[in-house]
Amino acid sequence: MSERIDHIDVDSGDVLVAVGTMKGAWLFAGDPGRGEWRSSGPHFRGEQVYAIRFDGRGGRRRLLAGTEHGHWGPAVQWSDDLGRTWSDPPGGNVRFPEGTDASLTRVWQLQPAGDDRPDTVWAGVEPAALFRSDDAGETFQLVEGLWNHPHRPRWEPGGGGLCLHTVLPDPADPDRMWIAISTGGVYRSEDGGDSWQPRNQGIRAVFLPDKYPEFGQCVHKVAPAGGRPDRLYLQNHWGLYRSDDAGDSWEDMANGVPSDFGFPMVAHPRDPDTAWIIPLDSDQFRVAPDGQARVYRTRDAGAAWEPLGDGLPERDAWLTVLRDGFASDGLDPAGLYFGTRTGELFASADEGGHWRALAEWLPPVVCVKAAVVR
Amino acid sequence: MPTVHLPAALSGYAAGQRRVEVAGATVGKVLATLGQAHPGVGQRVLDDRGVLRRHVNVYLNGESIRYLEGVETPVGDGDEVWILPAVSGG
Repeated sequence: MSERIDHIDVDSGDVLVAVGTMKGAWLFAGDPGRGEWRSSGPHFRGEQVYAIRFDGRGGRRRLLAGTEHGHWGPAVQWSDDLGRTWSDPPGGNVRFPEGTDASLTRVWQLQPAGDDRPDTVWAGVEPAALFRSDDAGETFQLVEGLWNHPHRPRWEPGGGGLCLHTVLPDPADPDRMWIAISTGGVYRSEDGGDSWQPRNQGIRAVFLPDKYPEFGQCVHKVAPAGGRPDRLYLQNHWGLYRSDDAGDSWEDMANGVPSDFGFPMVAHPRDPDTAWIIPLDSDQFRVAPDGQARVYRTRDAGAAWEPLGDGLPERDAWLTVLRDGFASDGLDPAGLYFGTRTGELFASADEGGHWRALAEWLPPVVCVKAAVVR
Repeated sequence: MPTVHLPAALSGYAAGQRRVEVAGATVGKVLATLGQAHPGVGQRVLDDRGVLRRHVNVYLNGESIRYLEGVETPVGDGDEVWILPAVSGG
């Protein structure tokens, strides 16, 4: 078997972009100016990697990956040497306990907690549940408070399965966090995950008789605004929303976009008025509208959106970007990265003003996460 | 005792063994005991509920247990149990 894995080294300040695909993972490392890139891969040959991310807290340089082997099932694996070696947890480290009558299908999201809890990692999984690790992602325990929520029997699977795909710890309040479920909607906890309240007022559910239910929405992604802890942006299954009260209420902000259907949502790391989306034509035709690859940016909290396409394919580009296929590196100016189901990885070092392809012909991309290595 | 044959991909979770002797009166009990002795094998063959994973096939003396009595299929001394990855993927 021929296989290219040219392992990468990084210096402090370099950017690491981790890309999960339907057939393995790739790592891209760029200099702080993000002009020169090198890569390694495939890691986890043939496995689906729906969640991968870098965790630099507590002096670690740890990569966490939610892997899914076609025969032998899912697990969370980690690497402390940028992918040269990966852990191989022998007995399964994300398991539903006896009595739940559930079994892990897929890890959708791996989310480190705040810097004040450097060993805590959250995992959002399918079937929809939240797991918590207090050993930096090596073992996980089910968060019973959400699993026992009275709404859970009425959550329904969307096209991707019944998944808890978004976990957002509040950087300003270690006890507050949000999750999002397709289909279930947004839930918020104020007590570190012990109890959960639905936070979906104003979000439309086009596929239900009651268009504005308490829960049951098909939320595709939620992104916390930088620099304003109570502001959240949300891409819905039809609908773009903003909340300025921590999710208590949501306001439609689909002003001047070609479609308000899409999957990912990225918020600016510091400017609370700036966010980016990648619209798709419709739920029936989940590709770039008119075959034009375009990212849309708002700089005024959703009052208006502008297309960004310099360097992206202008025609015959029937691209699809999934809910975790778009990320920011947090630098100034913010770098942006998105991967497509057709295997392209695009990058911008100037907040979307200009784009370039970092890779083509990867397997279908399902997850892109970026971080600065310290 | 029945003998369980492991695929190469799982032998690393059983100290490199490709054949393991495991006690049990049914295929399900053999697999459960195998999982207790070698958790890395058990977790990859059975899901969190103890159900055989969808793309894993188990054969008893050359016949798929899907055409016998599934995990309830009786197993006796000297029987040969094979764990094999199914033809799947894309």
